[in-house]
Parts: sequence; C-alpha cells; structure tokens
Amino acid sequence: MNPNLYLIKYLLKPEMKATRDGYGEGLVLAGEKNKDVVVLCADLTESTRSLAFQKKFPERFVELGVAEQNMASVAAGMSLAGKIPFVSSYATFSPGRNNEQIRTTIAYNEANVKIAGAHAGISVGPDGATHQALEDIGLMRMLPGMTVIVPCDYEEAKKATMAAAEIIGPVYLRLGREKTPLMTTFDTPFKIGRAEVFKDGRDAVIFCCGSLVYNAVKAALDLESERISAAVINIHTIKPLDGETILKYARRTKAAVTVEEHQIYGGLGGAVAEFLAKEFPVPLEFIGVNDKFGESGRPDELIEKYGMGVAAIKKAVKRVLARK
Amino acid sequence: MEELHETKLKQLELKANQIRQDIIAMLVEAGSGHSAGPLGMADIFVALYFHVLKHDPRHPEWPGRDRLVLSNGHICPVRYAAMAHAGYFPISELKTLRKLGTRLQGHPHRLALPGMETTSGPLGSGLSQAAGMALALKMDGAPNRVYCAMSDGEHDAGQTWEAVMFAAKYKLNNLTGIIDRNNIQIDGYTEDIMPLDDLKDKYESFNWHVIEINGHNIREFVDACATAQTIFEKPAVIIAHTIPGKGVDFMESKFEWHGKPPNKEEAAAALRELRTLQGQIEAGHID
Repeated sequence: MNPNLYLIKYLLKPEMKATRDGYGEGLVLAGEKNKDVVVLCADLTESTRSLAFQKKFPERFVELGVAEQNMASVAAGMSLAGKIPFVSSYATFSPGRNNEQIRTTIAYNEANVKIAGAHAGISVGPDGATHQALEDIGLMRMLPGMTVIVPCDYEEAKKATMAAAEIIGPVYLRLGREKTPLMTTFDTPFKIGRAEVFKDGRDAVIFCCGSLVYNAVKAALDLESERISAAVINIHTIKPLDGETILKYARRTKAAVTVEEHQIYGGLGGAVAEFLAKEFPVPLEFIGVNDKFGESGRPDELIEKYGMGVAAIKKAVKRVLARK
Repeated sequence: MEELHETKLKQLELKANQIRQDIIAMLVEAGSGHSAGPLGMADIFVALYFHVLKHDPRHPEWPGRDRLVLSNGHICPVRYAAMAHAGYFPISELKTLRKLGTRLQGHPHRLALPGMETTSGPLGSGLSQAAGMALALKMDGAPNRVYCAMSDGEHDAGQTWEAVMFAAKYKLNNLTGIIDRNNIQIDGYTEDIMPLDDLKDKYESFNWHVIEINGHNIREFVDACATAQTIFEKPAVIIAHTIPGKGVDFMESKFEWHGKPPNKEEAAAALRELRTLQGQIEAGHID
C-alpha cells in the first residue's frame, strides 16, 4: 500500500461508515466556512444526511417536497443570485428524473450548483431496482463542464463535499446508502481531478471508484500470494479524468481492469476505455453491472450476484493478463 | 414606480410597433423561429424594459437590477428587440438571430448575451429559476424584484405547478409572474390540447395574488406591476390576455403561426400593415 497516502492499514473487519454521512458532515463544514452555501432537499432530509445542515443553518435550508425538477431549477436560480446550492436526493431521481433541468438550467447555464445523488449503486439493497441508480455517472459525465466525483469512503466524501463548495461550476457527487469500509484518513490527500495510487503494481492495473475500491484492494492483495502484482488506482474524479496517471499505469502494466458499482457502459469503464483507445490501447476488462437492472436483496448478496465481488475482480485481472 | 404620463405612453406604443416591425424583419432574415408569441408580447416587453424594470443596459450585471426571467424562451425575438432598443447591443445585430456565431441564439443563452438573466427554451423551468432567484434575494434582504414571463401552454408541465407551490410556500412577494394568455400552443388551441381554465382560480387556490389584464394595454400592465409590488404575503401573477400575432391581421389568433416565420411576401405584407398602424399611432388615431 502507498505509504504516502496515510491510508488505514487493510483490516479484515474494517470500521464502516457511509459516504452519505461524509456528505452530511461535509455540508456543515462547508456551511461554516461560507455563508453562501445553501442546501436544498426533496423530502429526503434524513436519508441524504442533509439533516445536520438543516439543524445548524435552518435559514439556509430549503425544503421542496417531492419535486426534483423544481429543485434543480430553483437551485440554478439561487446560484445565479450568488448562492452555492447543494441539491440532495436519491440518484435515481436527481440526476435521474430531473436530467433535462440539470442539462439546461445547471450545466448549459454554467450554474454553480452541486448535485448530490445518494443511494447510488446496487448496494441500496432491499429497496430494489427502482431505487438503485446504475446510470448516473454516465448521465452526468456527458454534460459539458460537469465535474463528476465518486468518493470511495466516508472521509473522502467529506473532503469531496468541501472541495465541491470551493470550485466554481456544477459538480455531481455520487453517494452510497450502506456503511462501507473506511480506507482513507484525515491526512490522505484529496484533490479534484487527481487520481490516487492506493497500491502499486507491475503486471496489471485496477482503475476503481466508490466503495468497490475496497474490493479492488482486497483482490490485489490476494493476488500478491499468486505472484500477480496489480496496482490499484482510486479514480475518485471521473470527470475531469486524470489522464496522466491512467496513461502512466497503462504503459507500465499493459493490462487494465475497471471496477465500479454502475453499468459497465458509460461510467468509469467507459471513460477509461475512451481515453486509452485513443492514447495507448491495452486489453481491458470491465467490472460493473452488465446491462441489467438490479433487484431486492442484501447489499453483499447483490454485489456478489452482479459480479462485483472480490473473486470476480481477481478473475478479471487473470483474464486481462491472459490477453496481454 | 414612476407615473406613466400620456406622452410617454404614446412613445411606448410607438416603440412596441417598431419592435413588432423588427421581429418580422428578424424572423424573415433567420428563416426559422416563432412569430405569434413575440408579436403578442411586444407591448409588455416594451413596458418592462422602458418603464417597469430597474436596469442599466450599460451595466447589465448591476447588482441593483430587477431580474427578468423569460421562461418560454422561444419568444426571445421580442426580448432581443426590446433589449437592442434599450441599448444592450446595436439594433443592427438583430439580423444575426439564429445564425452561426450569433449572440442571439435560437433560444436564449445566458452566457451568450449580457443582460440575458438565464438560459431557457425547454418549457416549464423558468418559474423555478425565478423563484430560486427571488428566494436568494430575500435571504440577503435585497430589494430587487424578479419578473418571470411565461406562456400559457407551459402550464401543461408539472414543473410549473411545483414552482407555483414553492413560491407560495416561501411567500415570495418579490416575485411577479406574467402569463401570456394567448390561448394557442404549437399543436393547437390550449383548451383543445390540455384545458387550462380557469387559470385565475387555479393560481388563487395555490395562494397567489392574481391580476387579469388586457396584455395590449400598456397602462393596465404597468398598473398591475405596481399593484403586485404592494402584495405583502404572496407572490403575484399577472394573467395578460393577448392576441397571438398582434398587429399582423393574417397571423392574429392563428395557432399555425406559433412556430413558423413569415416568408418574404408575408413579411412585406406584415410590415406594410405595421407601418400603417405606426402612422395611425403617430396621428393619434389609436388609443
């Protein structure tokens, strides 16, 4: 593991916390720092963890009811009058239901609005496919000027939220519902647009994002015992993509696997494939949901069933090595 | 708001006629665009830019300005013409409408043209943006007013009503909605496509203050804007009954003219008619 990143030593039973909790705490910190930060929510204040901000800054909290389209455009209007709005909902509704409003009134308008999509990914679990966003990275990545961030853990989500408030322009923050392993610490560096090498390696590289970074690290550590050296790169910013780091590891290993809790089309895998096809083509394998909707189940069961578990990542690394 | 004297009223009526002529000239030059809505809203846009709004064309970003959101972006030729006459950009630039490299995009874009408060076109999202601006200004205790021009047809969209509820909830008394009640939309008459009446009752039951006016009577519109400013607990909406295509006989009240421009012959006929009207206003034969 990279000693310069102050990562938590890999543990079999890691401490668990949800990225949405990092968002909630990041909002309060961003709000303390800048009085222009306002938070909007569409009837999901507790579960998007906007509640702490509402309690601390009730006069800067806006409740819109079940109206995500209105929320996106109200936020655009508030930003044009000088505010820094964070809009909070589930990713299936925002940026799902309100996609056109985000496109026209936020992205094309270059409005300084931050969109937080909670309950993203299949690990939403028992709620089922209607509430499991698996296409949101793709939707947001296609919009000109949109920054897209997928934090890997609670601590990174907190830093990403604060960083989103600092930069000018629209940002999409992808958050999960479940408690997931803590990997980074207060001291771990975070910069929008800069990927971090969590583990170095020579034979293959795993580009990953979100809570599955943990599975990728575990797969890479397991593979060491089989004399396979796999690097693990946390691509927390899907857009703008850190092409320099991706190119460096593609050149070094000449075999890459992408890992994300998203459709294998259009998300991190798509972004890496588009970039490497042009810059330095290498064999690629994609870990993600393969053109299907999810279903009800326990998060861990769903991750396994839909092919995003540690064993699936190890197999993908071996497949890509065979294609070298 | 300052009083509207008779001499100024006549100037504004002449200005509205001039803007209608410009709209025809722009549309025939562009070869595409919308005719009926812009002609129908000429009186109101003249009243806004030359009497109602606090603004400074030389300093479009002046923080003290009132904000005008155009929700139904497709009627932008009327806003462009009014802005050019107000001094935001040269009148000669109107001829660039919809052409490559123009600041006058087919639907208005905030970043293309100083003074264009927001980007619009997809219907039903303007009132949300205007309400967001109004709420942000209220949070800051700022005195600016926000105006939102809307079409009647975009009241088919659920988002409009989400915004109507929202503005009432937050008692946005610094927000004035203006509805172009011209009874047409692109597929036909509004009451055939998706009945909207009674709009006044609907808004009142959503806890807005409603004022209904003749949208071609500049004095009625100015008075309505002044009344809206006195309403304390609610947002206000002005339902302006207008004639789509107003001023050009063969376009008036015909939904077929919602979404197309005149050809050269039609434009010439329209301009002849508008110039005749201009002469009558100058001679004092029309109120």
